[in-house]
Formats: sequence, C-alpha cells, structure tokens
Amino acid sequence: MNQPARAMAGTRVESRTGGISEARRLYWSLLRELWEHQSIYLAPLAAAGVFFLGFAVRAFRLPARLQAAVGLEEQHKLLQEPYTFAALLIMGVTFVVSFFYCLDALYGERRDRSILFWKSLPVSDTTTVLSKASIPLVAIPLVTFGITIVLQSLMVLLHSLVLTGSGMGASILWNNVPLWPMWAMLLYHLLTIHSLWYAPIYAWLLLVSAWSRRMPILWAVLPLLIIGFLEKVAFNTTYLAALLHFRFLGGPKGDPFSSGSMQMHSTAQLAPWTFISNGGLWSGLLVAALFLAAAVWLRRERGPMGS
Amino acid sequence: MATLESDEAMTCIEARGLRKTFGRTVALDGINLQVEEGRIVGLIGPNGAGKTTALNAILGLIPYEGELTVLGRDPWSERGRLMEDVCFIADVAVLPRWIEVSQALDYMTGVHPRFDQRKAKAFLAKTSIRRDSKVRELSKGMATQLHLSLVMATNARLLVLDEPTLGLDILFRKQFYDSLLNDYFDGNRTILVTTHQVEEMQHILTDVMFLNRGRIVFRCSMEEFESRYVEVTVNPEKVAAARELRPMHERQALGRSILLFDGADRQRFVGLGEVRTPSIADLFVAVVGNHAGQAQGVTR
Repeated sequence: MNQPARAMAGTRVESRTGGISEARRLYWSLLRELWEHQSIYLAPLAAAGVFFLGFAVRAFRLPARLQAAVGLEEQHKLLQEPYTFAALLIMGVTFVVSFFYCLDALYGERRDRSILFWKSLPVSDTTTVLSKASIPLVAIPLVTFGITIVLQSLMVLLHSLVLTGSGMGASILWNNVPLWPMWAMLLYHLLTIHSLWYAPIYAWLLLVSAWSRRMPILWAVLPLLIIGFLEKVAFNTTYLAALLHFRFLGGPKGDPFSSGSMQMHSTAQLAPWTFISNGGLWSGLLVAALFLAAAVWLRRERGPMGS
Repeated sequence: MATLESDEAMTCIEARGLRKTFGRTVALDGINLQVEEGRIVGLIGPNGAGKTTALNAILGLIPYEGELTVLGRDPWSERGRLMEDVCFIADVAVLPRWIEVSQALDYMTGVHPRFDQRKAKAFLAKTSIRRDSKVRELSKGMATQLHLSLVMATNARLLVLDEPTLGLDILFRKQFYDSLLNDYFDGNRTILVTTHQVEEMQHILTDVMFLNRGRIVFRCSMEEFESRYVEVTVNPEKVAAARELRPMHERQALGRSILLFDGADRQRFVGLGEVRTPSIADLFVAVVGNHAGQAQGVTR
C-alpha cells in the first residue's frame, strides 16, 4: 500500500532538486559579484577607518571646543557636523565604487574570456544582468547604510566617553545627535536617491559595459560631452547638460540631502509622496529598464573579445 | 516515461542548413549534421574551418541561420535551460582568475541542478589543488584539472570540448583522455570534441567528422573507418602496381611511397608492402587535400 506513495514522494523530491528557481540563481549570482568585487565593501570600510582615526584625534578636543562655542546653534553645529560628514563621505566613496563596478561588470568578463565559463552554466543572460544591476541598486546602498551606522555608533561611543570623562556629561551629545531619526533619513535617502533616482545612471554604465570593446569609461562619458558640446554649438541650448545636472544633483524636493541644508535630524522632512509623484523618477526608471533590456540583449549577442 | 526515453537512441544534435557568416566571410556554409546520444564525435579541421563557430552555435553562444536543435531545444533562445544538460570547456583559460576553488564549487552547487559537489571534491582530492587556492595561483595544467573536475562532477547529457588540451604537456593530455573515458563516459552521454592532437584522441572516438571551409567534407564511424581505409607503405618495386589500384592519396616518407586506399579489401595489398589502418590525420590530409583539388596531381 505504501509503495506507490513512497515512489511518488521520491519522484517529487527528484523533480524539486532537478529544478533550481531563478531566485536562487539570482542570489548566487549576486554573491558571486560580491566575491569578485571586494572593493564594494573594502573601499568604504577603508574610508571609514581613516575617517575614524582623524575623528578620534579631534574628539579629545571636543569638550574644550564646546565650552568655547558661543550659543546653542554653534554647539549644535559642532556636534552634528562630523556625523553628517561621515555619512556623506561613505556615500561618496560607494557612489564612485558603483560607477566603476558598473563599467566593469559586463566588460571584464568579456575581456578575460571568463564569459565563456559563465555562459556554460544554466544562468540566463537576464538573470546575470539583473544580478549585476542589483549591486548598485540594492547591495551597495545597504552596504553604505550598514557601514555608516556602525561608524556613527563608534563615533557616538567615543564622543560619549570623552564628554563623560571631561565631566560635561554625554546628554548634550544625545540631544543634538539623534541617531535613530538620522539613520531613518539615511536609509530613506539611499533607497530613493542612490537606488531609484540614480537607476538610469547605473543602467547606462552597464549598457556601455556590455557594448564597448575597449575603454568603457570613454564610451560612457565622451558621447555625452560631445552631444552636449554639439548641442551648444548648433542650437546654443544646454538641455542635455541640464538633464544630466538634474539627474545627478537635482532630485525631487523633500529629500534631506538634496535640499541643500543637510539637516538630518527631523524625519518630518521626509516626503515620500512628493518623491513618488515626481515625473522625473518614473521617466528615469523607464529609461533604466530600457537600458537594462538592451544590456541583456548585448550580453547574449557579444562573446569574448578577440573572437 | 523516463525509461522509455532512455531505451531508444535519441538524437542529441540535429542541424539542417546551418549557416553562419561574419560580414563577407562564410564560417559555416549550410551544415547538415546529426549526432545520436552516446557517441564520442571528433570534429577535425584546419584553422578557420568553422569548428569553433559550429560549437558556438550548438552552445547558443552565437546566432545562426538554418535549423539547429540540441537535446530538443533551440540553443540561441534557450541557452540558460540548455546548459542544465550541456557542459562545455571552451578553452583552458576561461575560468575566472579571481575565483577561489571553494567558491567555484559553491557557485556551481547554487546554480546547477546536476552538479554533485561531493563528486567534484573527490576528483580534486586526487590532484594537488587546494580548496583555498585562487585560479590565478594555479598552473595552466591545474586550472584545466579544476575545470575538468567541475565538468566531470556535472551529470550532463552532452559535453562539448573545444581544444581541451591546448598548451598542456603530453602526460597531462594522456591523463585527460583516460579520465574522460574511464570516469565520465558511460555510454549515455554524448561528447563532441575538436582538437589538433588527433592521434591522441583517435582511440576514444566513436565517430569522426572533417570540417573544411565551413562544410562537412567527411564523416564516418570509427568501426567503418577501421574496416574501410587502408594505408600501405609500398615496397619500391611495387609502386606502379599499387598505383594501379587507384589510391586516394599518396605521400612520401623516408624515401618510400605511402598510399592510402578507400573501401578496399586488405587481401589485395598483402604482397605490396606493409599494410595498416591509417591515422585520422593522414586520412584528413587525403580527404581535405583532394577536396581542395590539390594533391591529385601528385598521385596520378
């Protein structure tokens, strides 16, 4: 009686091990990217380490400087500034990492011919390109967030110890540097601006990386410069330059980092609705999707170099 | 269903009018090809004959014109799925240099349903490759051993090898073919291989195919090859008599004439000189040389 049931169960197990879901392949391909590109976390970690050394040296002079500061405003600035700077530094480093990662992602495997190995495995070009796009869109923002909160935690710890040791007490620090709202703002900024708003930039770089036969960095930058220049000469307009400026630095209003004031401690400034209803966001995502689709097509089309 | 399928000899690769051009260069000029499952097929041809192009089309690496089915799939549009059943070693130097041996094992386990990590570890244990080495730290021979271990631990139905032993020393090449035959080939799998070192492979092949200028100019099974073709090192005084028997090719070696015959009864040559089965390379020269319209003038 049991026999057929067991046989059924056996085949079911077999068919399950026989099929690997695309999600699992995506996960392993993502992991593979992190193995290959260790700079994704090593570069921001190094920047954080160097920054923290400098910060530690200055931290011991904090009580004296706080006493010399005139007024609450200046005290607040003195306490807040290093934390804002730390976040901006890590974000800047990881943006540069993202930039160079994208340029190499689909170019390097063709240059060293390892694409022939990757293509011998049952991972589709779509899954491969998506896993590579997930690095700047998901992995690097999360790495940035993780490293920044660890760094800022260590900074608060050191500041607290120094202030307590000096007899001033740490409460002045805690009142001026509210960690939780700061981190919420940081995560919001990373996911909206660094991931979604910048998506077409990464997708463009990935596309150039899949397309160019040499020096992808030139192909990524030069055409834009030339078109911008020709536009200026021919029509005396600067639409392209304005468009790029808007994409890099503009961003929708309601974002704490792009509003210019760099105020990081009030979540009241968060305006997800303004962000979502921004037309620039959606047209940018559409362009990103088109660029990525073209990159998938090119990944299938292009073999290793020199063949 | 599964048992029914495995009883019949299935068609592994089928191509009809397979054509590929690069600009004005015709790399494949309308190839018709059928490979049954369970064969070990050697694809032989000079440089630029279209061997790699043919393999690339079969592996879904390049688009093509004509019909091509590999294990029932269209390689160009279904490469991802097809690679669950196909393994290939394109070139010894394609393993990514940054990857660690253990990472390669983990990644293969993660994405390949037919990869058996325990088997791969068993193969690697027989080599001097360490689990924590990076590919860039391995010698060329070791990197090939690693790639081969990955492939042999994968239960694929078709294995494609493009010049697998290029640049390896003779000892390693011998090992390579021995382990391919002993540890991998089980009668159900199909192997398609191109190489320049034909002699070393001759004993493991079941079929041979000659490719020249984008066309298949010759194909036969090895049984047929051995019974059909005869090479005679003719005694000097018998050369004229031997030429009467219409050899397909003649060459000179150490002052003696070596004649190659097709479809001949071996008994006829007994008195003429030393009789033996030719090497694939010699037959290749005869077939391709004749095909190109050369060498004929020498023999007649």
